[in-house]
Amino acid sequence: MSSPASTPSRRRGGKRGRGSNPPTPQDAQSPPSQKRRTDDSTSTGDLQPMPTSPPADTQSPGAPDPLFSSPPQFRHSAIPLDFDISSPLTYGTPSSRVEGTPRSGVRGTPVRQRPDLGSARKARQVDLHSDGLAEDVAANEQSLGQRLVIWGTDVNVATCKEKFQRFLQRFIDPLAKEDEDVGLDLNEPRYMQRLEEINIVGEPFLNVNCDHLRSFDENLYRQLICYPQEVIPTFDMAVNEIFFDRYPDSILEHQIQVRPYNALKTRNMRNLNPEDIDQLITIGGMVIRNSQIIPEMQEAFFKCQVCAFTTRVEVDRGRIAEPSVCKNCNTTHSMALIHNRSMFSDKQMIKLQESPEDMPPGQTPHTVLLFAHNDLVDKVQPGDRVNVTGIYRAVPVRVNPRMSSVKSIYKTHIDVIHYRKTDAKRLHGVDEETEQKIFTEERVEMLKELSKKADIYERLSLALAPSIYEHEDIKKGILLQLFGGSRKDFTHTGRGNFRAEINILLCGDPGTSKSQLLQYVYNLVPRGQYTSGKGSSAVGLTAYVMKDPETRQMVLQTGALVLSDNGICCIDEFDKMSESTRSVLHEVMEQQTLSIAKAGIICQLNARTSILAAANPIESQWNPKKTTIENIQLPHTLLSRFDLIFLMLDPRDEAYDRRLARHLISLYYQSEEKLEEEYMDMAILKDYIAYARCFVNPRLSEEASQALIEAYVDMRKIGSGRGMVSAYPRQLESLIRLAEAHAKVRFSEKVETVDVEEAKRLHREALKQSATDPRTGIVDISILTTGMSTTARKRKEELAQALRKLIQSKGKTPSLKYQQLFDDLRAQSDAAVTKEMFEEALRALADDDFLTVTGKIVRLL
Amino acid sequence: AQNVPNSDWEKKVTEYFREKLKENNAINWVPSLNNVPVHYLKPNSLVKFRCMVQDMFDPEFYMGIYETVDPNTNARALHFGKYRDVAECGPQQEIDLSSSQMVTSERQTFYCIPVPGESAWPSPWLSLTPCHAYVSASQARVSPSTSYTPSRHKRSYEEDEDMDLHPSKQKEQHLGNGPGAATGGGAGDIHGCVEPKRLETEASAGHQIVSPSCSPPLDLNFPLPGEKGPACLVKVYESWDSFKVNDVLEVFGILSVDPALSIVNSDESSALDPMECMDAAEEQRVHSPPASLVPRIHVILAQKLQHINPLLPACLNEEESKTCEFISNFMAELSPVRAELLGFLTHALLGDSLAAEYLILHLISTVYARRDVLPLGKFAINLSGCPRNSIFTEHIYRVIQQLVPASHRLQMTIENMNHLRFNPRKDYAANRLLSGVLQLASNTSLVVDETQLEQGQLDTTGVHNVTALGNLITWQKVDYDFNYHQMEFPCNINVLITSEGRSFLPSDCQVHLQPQVTPPNMEEYMSSLLTALLPSVLNKFRIYLSLSRLLDYSISEEVTKAVEEDFVEMRKSDPESVTADDLHRTLLVARFLSLSAGQTTLSRERWLRAKQLEALRKARLQQQRCVNGNEL
Repeated sequence: MSSPASTPSRRRGGKRGRGSNPPTPQDAQSPPSQKRRTDDSTSTGDLQPMPTSPPADTQSPGAPDPLFSSPPQFRHSAIPLDFDISSPLTYGTPSSRVEGTPRSGVRGTPVRQRPDLGSARKARQVDLHSDGLAEDVAANEQSLGQRLVIWGTDVNVATCKEKFQRFLQRFIDPLAKEDEDVGLDLNEPRYMQRLEEINIVGEPFLNVNCDHLRSFDENLYRQLICYPQEVIPTFDMAVNEIFFDRYPDSILEHQIQVRPYNALKTRNMRNLNPEDIDQLITIGGMVIRNSQIIPEMQEAFFKCQVCAFTTRVEVDRGRIAEPSVCKNCNTTHSMALIHNRSMFSDKQMIKLQESPEDMPPGQTPHTVLLFAHNDLVDKVQPGDRVNVTGIYRAVPVRVNPRMSSVKSIYKTHIDVIHYRKTDAKRLHGVDEETEQKIFTEERVEMLKELSKKADIYERLSLALAPSIYEHEDIKKGILLQLFGGSRKDFTHTGRGNFRAEINILLCGDPGTSKSQLLQYVYNLVPRGQYTSGKGSSAVGLTAYVMKDPETRQMVLQTGALVLSDNGICCIDEFDKMSESTRSVLHEVMEQQTLSIAKAGIICQLNARTSILAAANPIESQWNPKKTTIENIQLPHTLLSRFDLIFLMLDPRDEAYDRRLARHLISLYYQSEEKLEEEYMDMAILKDYIAYARCFVNPRLSEEASQALIEAYVDMRKIGSGRGMVSAYPRQLESLIRLAEAHAKVRFSEKVETVDVEEAKRLHREALKQSATDPRTGIVDISILTTGMSTTARKRKEELAQALRKLIQSKGKTPSLKYQQLFDDLRAQSDAAVTKEMFEEALRALADDDFLTVTGKIVRLL
Repeated sequence: AQNVPNSDWEKKVTEYFREKLKENNAINWVPSLNNVPVHYLKPNSLVKFRCMVQDMFDPEFYMGIYETVDPNTNARALHFGKYRDVAECGPQQEIDLSSSQMVTSERQTFYCIPVPGESAWPSPWLSLTPCHAYVSASQARVSPSTSYTPSRHKRSYEEDEDMDLHPSKQKEQHLGNGPGAATGGGAGDIHGCVEPKRLETEASAGHQIVSPSCSPPLDLNFPLPGEKGPACLVKVYESWDSFKVNDVLEVFGILSVDPALSIVNSDESSALDPMECMDAAEEQRVHSPPASLVPRIHVILAQKLQHINPLLPACLNEEESKTCEFISNFMAELSPVRAELLGFLTHALLGDSLAAEYLILHLISTVYARRDVLPLGKFAINLSGCPRNSIFTEHIYRVIQQLVPASHRLQMTIENMNHLRFNPRKDYAANRLLSGVLQLASNTSLVVDETQLEQGQLDTTGVHNVTALGNLITWQKVDYDFNYHQMEFPCNINVLITSEGRSFLPSDCQVHLQPQVTPPNMEEYMSSLLTALLPSVLNKFRIYLSLSRLLDYSISEEVTKAVEEDFVEMRKSDPESVTADDLHRTLLVARFLSLSAGQTTLSRERWLRAKQLEALRKARLQQQRCVNGNEL
């Protein structure tokens, strides 16, 4: 589905009276009784007691009239009326039903008005009149015969139609991608398959990608862009002819309407200018406000009070010319408006705001008004990101009849023809970022060029937060985090998704610019969140339920973790977070989901977020004599979920100080321009990361997997000699993620040995910093996984044994004094024994049922 | 995106005015909307307005060229639509909306307000310039001897004005002192200006029926409560992309207060078109307020201002000889001025010269660059040790107000924190940016008074506000709330926090006040201090502070080495207490110290002096910590 937004999810009612039709196979597919909606009055014919003759007669598809080029002229000669009564474009004809024949075929299917094309044609059409272009056309007719064009344009209807039909019948998208056209045979004409779909599904809308049209026929594309008002109806005609030619028995609600999208004319709201008026444009933005549905009168129905003569009057520029005299009985002022029999169409005003990415810094976003009609009403909700294709209109502010002067400004809006939600896939798809950023080809070239550089990894890491000095490994770690691993889905084997996000914890002395690093990352990534552990509660991180003040309904408000889905959640002061808040993170950091069960709302939200956390040591300064766990007092269950834990310490070293000083001083006098030159632009870095995240999905190569296995085995071996385990499967997973991320940095589709090497190095580097046992100086992963180093555990046991020996050596005393025993143990032991250690040893013995401690007395059992 | 038809003609207009305004004092002859009430200005005349861009509306398309036709004679005529709101045509003429000659052009509308927190002194100064005629006119009401003679049209405009103001006044009374009234005060103030006039015309205005459905008073959307002055819709015709929200501009343009603007509005909702009356009504009201309340200016020339100090030439670029002369003249007497200012501030700070020194540094600090997210050159000071519940802090603010062109005192009470809107927020109903306290122009001094804080509970808004204030101080940026997303707007605001103990807001440097004198009557002491100051001296202070801030700065290679050595040395001797942060701060102090002495490079002496100041300051904090035990 290329455009999920624009195709109605359910069929609107509109086939009232269909029940009386003889059942046809197609009929069976649609629900028998349709929901009634007032808006359908435009499309149905049962409100019209006196059907006008089917205008399609004049241009029956089967027998192309030799004078076929006349319809446009015909139509346009009637333009001052705004709607040509006999034009197929404006009228529906329920004639077939009246006759009792199956309602199908191009004659039978009613045409629905297209208010999106015709609601604001004023300026142009009057133009046509005053210009006297009619003569030209007449001249054309004489000299060129068939070369007829629509006034003011260079569009020849016949050629245009023919071209479009050829496009529909022949176009095969050479660049088609599988995901975009599910269920389409890529080698068959694409739009013919679409028509088949319409026949089956019964949604009479054909979405046409303008890009396709452009690659097929540049000129036709140009005409479409410049004269959408004329060209799109022509397209409609063309489609319907083909369609009913192919599926003569098909029954549709109304004739097929063509909805072009992806016009390359304009992307950004800021670029709209007066030249775009009345042209087909596509702009992206965010819906911020929907109005209520406005029933807009299309046609007024008048009835004479005297003789019951009825007449219809078209709405012209928002006004109805009320007939003052009844044509039948010549009574003046006898005509009364009958609301029930007038025709209305749905209309909705929508405010579209420029998306935040398009906004130049320091300016407020622009907005533009959209008018949606009929089916497109209520298709988008505030907050949706959409690409809108439509016709840009400018209407002068209405002349005030009482005043001679008017405001000299125009009101602008866009008549929507097509919506395409840009974030439709975001909610359920995996690779949602594909649409988020569209890169120009030059940019992609540039990025690829960049990726080929041998030192790209170093370059990028240097470009990261240049104001923060050194800490290269940390920056590299964060860089890999920004790229992330590849997503792997193991659902079918029962393990669910594997986490691709890399979590990093920075801990260290205060004032080592941890916060600054976090802030930088937060500013760099598009979906970043920044919170402080001190200020956030569990609900603030996850989600909370609150009563909407307007609707009085319970709504789920998402917190930082959910908001940073597919982004990075930066949590400062991680250690200051309350216990309950931290516990939420357990689920997020491994399962990448968030379960909520409160106030009647039970759900699981995606939280595929990387976490970049910063923690300060418990005693303001990092104590090198203690382990990481002891220093930051975080539960090891949480710590083991971080792929990399870095220490940001103040290196007390002269050379470093010198470099630091120089670096800082340079900040204080260099001007801004100089700063810019030195480093890679933040924008490039952003694009580079975004591109890699979207398009690069590396897989492990054979050698790389071998290297990983070796690395893991090595890690396990290190510890095994001393009876400890130095690596767990979690570490292996981390290694894989890091290696993948590194491959992404190189834009490589394959993870190779180099990537594994770097992953190993970085992982070791981080371990060396955080998992070194301060007593032995040996890297010991169990510090992080169990919270205690193996040596510490061993020492505890030894002490307990020593204590047991000591007590046993005292002979058969039933009880001992606590203090006495402590002193004895201290005297005996060669290492210093603290009270805590002593108590721990006592507890260990008590667990063995060797003794009990009551108050200050130790009793043997 | 800017489509300029007939650009020749338009360029000439801009060029002509630019040249004209360069001529001697021509600028001063243009009446300023800042000083002269709108109703004393002639419509469609050239005015100037010094303002801050508060919000940017969507670009609007207008009839650049339009054609009128007389239905009787069928005579056609072309008109230019630039620089006007209303397409004029004669009584018998109609505008031919379908004319092929019509050219549609584009312009941008900014909602501009006077610079928030602007001190009183910049404006009276302007009254000394030749345009005082207008001011005196406004003070003495209309006196025929001035250059300004009321035109015959005047009556009708004023009636219109009264008409529009009337409902707003009523509503204001109904509302009482709600939070809306504070910002609505602007409207009331303008009203105050016209009050006598209004009384005269009461009879005529009273019976006029003014759109009875008119909603609550128009919120002129000033960031700070109690602000006054005219808000303006500034229509910009060229290069509007270069302007940003919160930029301070001086615009020269054509004043438009056509009553038709207001009438068209009120009529609109009654029309048949259903779209107008739905939710667009609110937007209509905000986007085209009555012209008498929010006049339009059609910009001919607009320039961004580096500063709003009227004592300095508006544009300080090196090329102009006048500027150079001015700077060098002032440089000559810079050090006595600095000494005098230091003395003055020392007195103001109860004899504490160290605090005064730091205050000077603070006052000339400005964000001169941003290194990725890190703003460089901000110097937020926490002045701790201020006596609680005393008028001291208020007086400090008064002193600062006298010195800087724009300032605001934020009383950090629980009430204020919970109820004020700090971050600007987009109101989608009206499609505008609702201003917040933190929407301030560059180089505004924000004095946060923490001594006012009592125990109490902060609610959600309060917590958000405190966070916003913290972000402002640390990152010099304000998050604007666009409902669906936040947008960061960088800012450049000097924050001074006065507190009793250490502030709970972050700051770049904490200075503990050590009063040397305890005046028995603070009120008297402070006011005598200000009154004793000669206006000429005060002006020199003002020039000094504004000018020092704009100077360039560099550090020579030599000094860099020395500083480097110094830092390494310090780290060696005391690695625990000397961190990179200290170096940061000392470098900042050194920078501002040099600039405050008018030197644009760092010298060794200054560096030592900076270190000395820092040491003194730290010693004080240490001492304080000892006194209070381990309270900190």
